[in-house]
Amino acid sequence: MSHRAAAPQPRLKLTWKERVAIWRDSDLWLSFKASPVAIMSTAVTLLIVIAAIFADVLAPQDAFDPVALNLLDGFAHPMERGAGSNMLFVMGSDEQGRDIFSALFYGTRLSLLVGVASVIFSMVLGIGLGLLAGYLGGKIEMLIMRVADIQLSFPAILIALLIFGVARGLIPPQQYETTAVFVIIIAIGLSNWAQYARTVRASTLVERNKEYVQAARLMGISGFGIMARHVLPNVMGPVLVIATINLALAIIEEATLSFLGVGLPITQPSLGTLIRSGQKFLLSGEWWILFFPAMMLVILALAINLLGDWLRDALNPKLR
Amino acid sequence: MKPFKTLAVAGTLMAATFLTTVAVDAKTLRWARSQDATTLDPHSGNTGPNHVLAHNIYEPLVIRSFDGKLTGALATSWRVLPTDPTTWEFKLRPNVKFHNGNAFTADDVVFSMKRALMPAADMKSLLVGVTDITKVDDLTVHFKTSGPNPLLVNNLTNLMIMDKEWAEANNAATPQNLREKVENGATRQAVGTGPFQLVTREPDVRTVLRVFPGHWGASEANHGITEIVYRPIPEAATRVAALLSGEIDYLQDVPVQDIARLQTSTGIRVNPGPENRPIFLGMNVGLPELRSSDVKGKNPFADVRVRQAVNTALNREAIQRVTMRGQSTPLGIIATPYINGYTKELDTWPRYDVAAARKLLADAGYPNGFSVTLHCTNDRYVNDEGICQSAVSMLGQIGIRTTLVAQSLRVHFPAIQRGEYDFYLLGWGIPTFDSHYVFNDLYRTKTQSAGTWNGTGLSNATLDAQIDSLNSEIDPAKRNATIAAIWKWIKDNDVYAPIHMQFIAGAMRSEWNIPTDVENTPKMRFLNARGS
Repeated sequence: MSHRAAAPQPRLKLTWKERVAIWRDSDLWLSFKASPVAIMSTAVTLLIVIAAIFADVLAPQDAFDPVALNLLDGFAHPMERGAGSNMLFVMGSDEQGRDIFSALFYGTRLSLLVGVASVIFSMVLGIGLGLLAGYLGGKIEMLIMRVADIQLSFPAILIALLIFGVARGLIPPQQYETTAVFVIIIAIGLSNWAQYARTVRASTLVERNKEYVQAARLMGISGFGIMARHVLPNVMGPVLVIATINLALAIIEEATLSFLGVGLPITQPSLGTLIRSGQKFLLSGEWWILFFPAMMLVILALAINLLGDWLRDALNPKLR
Repeated sequence: MKPFKTLAVAGTLMAATFLTTVAVDAKTLRWARSQDATTLDPHSGNTGPNHVLAHNIYEPLVIRSFDGKLTGALATSWRVLPTDPTTWEFKLRPNVKFHNGNAFTADDVVFSMKRALMPAADMKSLLVGVTDITKVDDLTVHFKTSGPNPLLVNNLTNLMIMDKEWAEANNAATPQNLREKVENGATRQAVGTGPFQLVTREPDVRTVLRVFPGHWGASEANHGITEIVYRPIPEAATRVAALLSGEIDYLQDVPVQDIARLQTSTGIRVNPGPENRPIFLGMNVGLPELRSSDVKGKNPFADVRVRQAVNTALNREAIQRVTMRGQSTPLGIIATPYINGYTKELDTWPRYDVAAARKLLADAGYPNGFSVTLHCTNDRYVNDEGICQSAVSMLGQIGIRTTLVAQSLRVHFPAIQRGEYDFYLLGWGIPTFDSHYVFNDLYRTKTQSAGTWNGTGLSNATLDAQIDSLNSEIDPAKRNATIAAIWKWIKDNDVYAPIHMQFIAGAMRSEWNIPTDVENTPKMRFLNARGS
């Protein structure tokens, strides 16, 4: 139906309404509507993302401002009122009187932030290198793909630890706290680019011999322009699937690093840091300090993973 | 005769069996703690974790048992010479051998004491006022002091005696300087006269000691230990899990949150007790401008009202109840009831009062507070990082915006000694059981031999003179009057914010019964394994 309106124009400029209409017609939407798993996981993910973005408004306590804490509230059981402020602690409080429920908002925010940022980082890096390798071929391809092979033979967490260690050596101790988030984003990002590069290279190899690319080349468009404007849009499908699944992995990787004590500091805790700080109370009976952040991490990773799984199946032409 | 012979043989056999049982009784003590000694050099770091290992490998002239009682180790008797009140005479124990077979003589004592007085040493403050150490004969040593010093012997309990020959041959004639990143021959090796000798040393991993059969007290020793495996385990839960799983036998510092649980575990014994160690915050009053503050051109801590505000803002009872779970006693001075000079009247602190503290800050010219960085250990004292987090929260309520940096003692302690911190946490064990040790190290102007742990920059000539006079005052009444006067000044000036005296608890598998040492440096030689 958009054809008539857009006919005089060689380049289609679609209105917002038309875009929605196309989307509602697409296989992806039909597959989404038919999958309760996809609907559920999207809903849960969206809910968590909104809670994380509006943590400042939604959390009952500003959990990481020390001034907001009252030491006498410490170790309140779930659904118990604190001895100091008489505030209700739905999920209990930790040894500083911090509300675990509020801490989850802030912790999730940082976990998501690190996850998304590191996925974007590795995606940009991986796509760039994959395009170069696939389009240019030759020695450059050799070099990039061998480095990717070497990196894929190490566990990602090991590479992240290595990068983190090197960064620690370069950054002065006073700046650990302010730079911790960036260091961990780069560490996780650098440890995950190889998968993107491989996928993009494989798709590029297929695309570059197709007629539209040859036509573009004949028209004199530069190699860079062809890669960016013509090849890239056609290889993005599989990349988005990897990115979604990698988001869950990146969040877990960050939690692992923080749990090991090399990730985010306790003053700006992610879910992993919260789990780490709860771990010392595991043997002494204050289970809630560890349990709720751990559950949150499980739910978040599971929701994103299921979403990624569905996306992979929906975009897989063989399963259609 | 024959039956008698058989009986005799049987008797010998039985005796032999009995003896074998005793020998089997002897065992390995697998000992864990949150942190390791920073060095084995006994004169380099005047800190508890260093003394713990040193006390089992080396020996001082005099030593304190688990309950704090003073007894002779390498000295058998000591006295102030009746003819000269400025000279202490120590008679040394004869027939003592070092682990390498060398004989122990007065030369070793003279060498070790002079070594402990060198600039790189950290034990200098214990020998303050000692002007010379001389050998009289092989088993007699004289300590010459600048004035009469009636309490000198109390200062010698952590001053270890090294083998002069070994130290000189092994690049250890001078102590390792912990403030610089250098090592010497005594950093990873140790030859002492102590009941245990070093087998292997892997810093931060494990240290293995084996019983020294040639120890002078070996025949009377009742500890039943043949080998000690000492392991630092920083993570609290891991430490407790290691004890519960039987991986270790003895846990020297039980996390407070786990005391109750361990007490109810079968097969585990918990021995709790107070430690002679106040925990406190130090404020840098000496700097013209704090390094970490947004206040420029002046130092907020230089104003006594700000320091009073800090003291008023600390809710010591809440820290005791929640952070320490009752395992501490709040303190108003850096002194415990065990030490000379402590009184109940001195040990008071301002009632926790946010409004009063805010008013003090406003009076001092900081109605909106200021920012500062608090440095803290995370592996030294019971819940040290938790205490600091609580302090940050309490100070935040009066407008002092505090950033917390919690680090290992390896970084923290040398920085305090170099005077690099604006605001820091420290604990101070008092091995001499006398106030002078507190004054001389924490309040006296920093010099080569005194004020070694004074990271506050405090320097007051009148106070210094009073502190120094304690070294030579022989009249106990006069001396105690000076001590009281110094405490009065301290109470008026609040250079530190005392928090509490921590309780320590040791937990062990129930076949062991290691009492809690009031200095938290258990000396296994005093362990009575047969429980008599």
